Amino acid sequence: MSTSRKPRRRFRRSLGERIAERALALVAASAIGAITLILVFVVREALPLFWDGHEGLALAAPHRYPNYDHPVYVWQPVGYPPKYGVVPLFVGTLKITGLAMAISTPLSLLAAIYVAELMRPRRRAWIKPIIELVAGVPSVVLGFIALTYIAGATQDLLGCTYRLNALVAAIALSLAVLPVIFTVAEDALHGVPLALREASLALGARRYQTVTRVVLPAALPGILAALVLGFGRAIGETMIVLMASGNAAVLDPSPTSSARTLTATIAAELGESPRGSEHWRVLFLLGMILLLITWALDAVGRIVVRRLARRLDPSTDEGA
Amino acid sequence: MNGWHLLPAALLVLACSGRYGGAPGAGARITVRGSDTLVVLMQRWAEASTTSQPDVVVEVSGGGTGTGIAALMNGTTDLAMASRPIAREERARIEGSGAKLVEIPVALDAVAIYIHESNPLSALTLDALRGVFAGKIRRWSELGGADRPIVLYSRESSSGTYAFFKEHVLQKCDFAPEAQSLPGTAAVVQAVARDPAAIGYGGIARARGVKVLPLRLADGSVVAPDHEAATTGRYPLTRPLFVYLRAPANPEAEGFARFLVGPEAQALAEEAGFFAWRSPP
Repeated sequence: MSTSRKPRRRFRRSLGERIAERALALVAASAIGAITLILVFVVREALPLFWDGHEGLALAAPHRYPNYDHPVYVWQPVGYPPKYGVVPLFVGTLKITGLAMAISTPLSLLAAIYVAELMRPRRRAWIKPIIELVAGVPSVVLGFIALTYIAGATQDLLGCTYRLNALVAAIALSLAVLPVIFTVAEDALHGVPLALREASLALGARRYQTVTRVVLPAALPGILAALVLGFGRAIGETMIVLMASGNAAVLDPSPTSSARTLTATIAAELGESPRGSEHWRVLFLLGMILLLITWALDAVGRIVVRRLARRLDPSTDEGA
Repeated sequence: MNGWHLLPAALLVLACSGRYGGAPGAGARITVRGSDTLVVLMQRWAEASTTSQPDVVVEVSGGGTGTGIAALMNGTTDLAMASRPIAREERARIEGSGAKLVEIPVALDAVAIYIHESNPLSALTLDALRGVFAGKIRRWSELGGADRPIVLYSRESSSGTYAFFKEHVLQKCDFAPEAQSLPGTAAVVQAVARDPAAIGYGGIARARGVKVLPLRLADGSVVAPDHEAATTGRYPLTRPLFVYLRAPANPEAEGFARFLVGPEAQALAEEAGFFAWRSPP
């Protein structure tokens, strides 16, 4: 750490200052404590599934149930017997999240490049807050828009069988994800030192050459961080997908078929499942996996960003 | 600065006075949760009950029968609305904690089959209906309609209507995985009203802008979910709607429950599109 090498200036601090410092440390610690407690709670509710004698759950494997003529992956938590095949839920989550990222990534990055590099600064000053305002639209509103307008429009346009489908949910979801990626990526682009651009232009590079070969590579760590953040928002979003995706737990990878996500399943079913029941524990297991996915992604994102930052600018420290 | 740190204290005082102040019994609250089928009617009942119990505020919220009964178990609601009889495990959980469970049938409902208004189909047997919702019959042409796929609209598994439909129509079968689960009867009605290839199900009282498909019985006669067929039990998908509460309950909740079975409440049920409660013949 670069800061530890600097000699620390010692000056007498007032009592108030010390109290404030302690209080802030306490607040920071409580946040960490809360996250730890959440993890402990979720794990404690989920894991008894594996040793409390719940045999034959067939969570991730195809299973041949009575009344079915071949082994299937099926999510039917209310049934005889209940069927907790989680594979369709993962397919649904990946389908919607992937589609939403595929829609929002190019749009938000192009918008960020335009706003950061080409737009007049005075216009940027009011355009950026407006796009950021979209991030503040409640997801239930976006879900409603998807339900009433986007669903009809996509059905008329593409003639899909299902009015509510993964694509409709993904379009609405990308409305929520877009401003997140945009604003972080735009900050990253804007933060690239002006000297780099000036040097590039002075060497005779055109403006688009400067953007694609100098500014974009320099801002890459920040852009990746933006994408990771956007992905986290997309995979965790509940209300939009609950309202717009149709929630059918199918294994079909087609974007115009319905999809049921992990988050929507937890939201729709946790209320009815009695505490401590098998269904309750399976839902907590899904929550735990969701938590692990976002953390793993966050960790990978951090490592990649750090590597990139070091490669682009060897003078930066590891912790930067 | 100086005025502001009094604000939390002032709020605290206000909060306390709201809770403990005033005459005893005034502003008593009872909460009712559960079946989305019953929510609208229950809200009307809650309004009407203010004439007989002016001091009692009744808070109504939906969420589905399973949600309501789970709330009754956890003690977070006074009354639970249910569109299916309580399950044995649920009853055992409540009675295991030493309370007694009281079941009050409050109205009759017919589960109607909704299709799009342009759909020419005139009736369907229960067997065909099972085939449709189990995913064995996949195109309207198999039922004598246009050559297009059947789009199934169902409910979340927390819904009592879902459980009723599964028990009485699908029996041992599961819903087809393609069946879309929507968060309420209103959502099903809306979706069916917009989709010419759709079929859905839900309480008769909510059927607006959709065609209600009559059922063909085993003897070949066709029966629609109307007043006569529901009260005589000829329409096979007729069901009682219940309110559950724990006994001993607080007097306000008991008073409200007594109001529900009275003539005024029953007339309101008929007005809302349900049928007044009558024990099955």
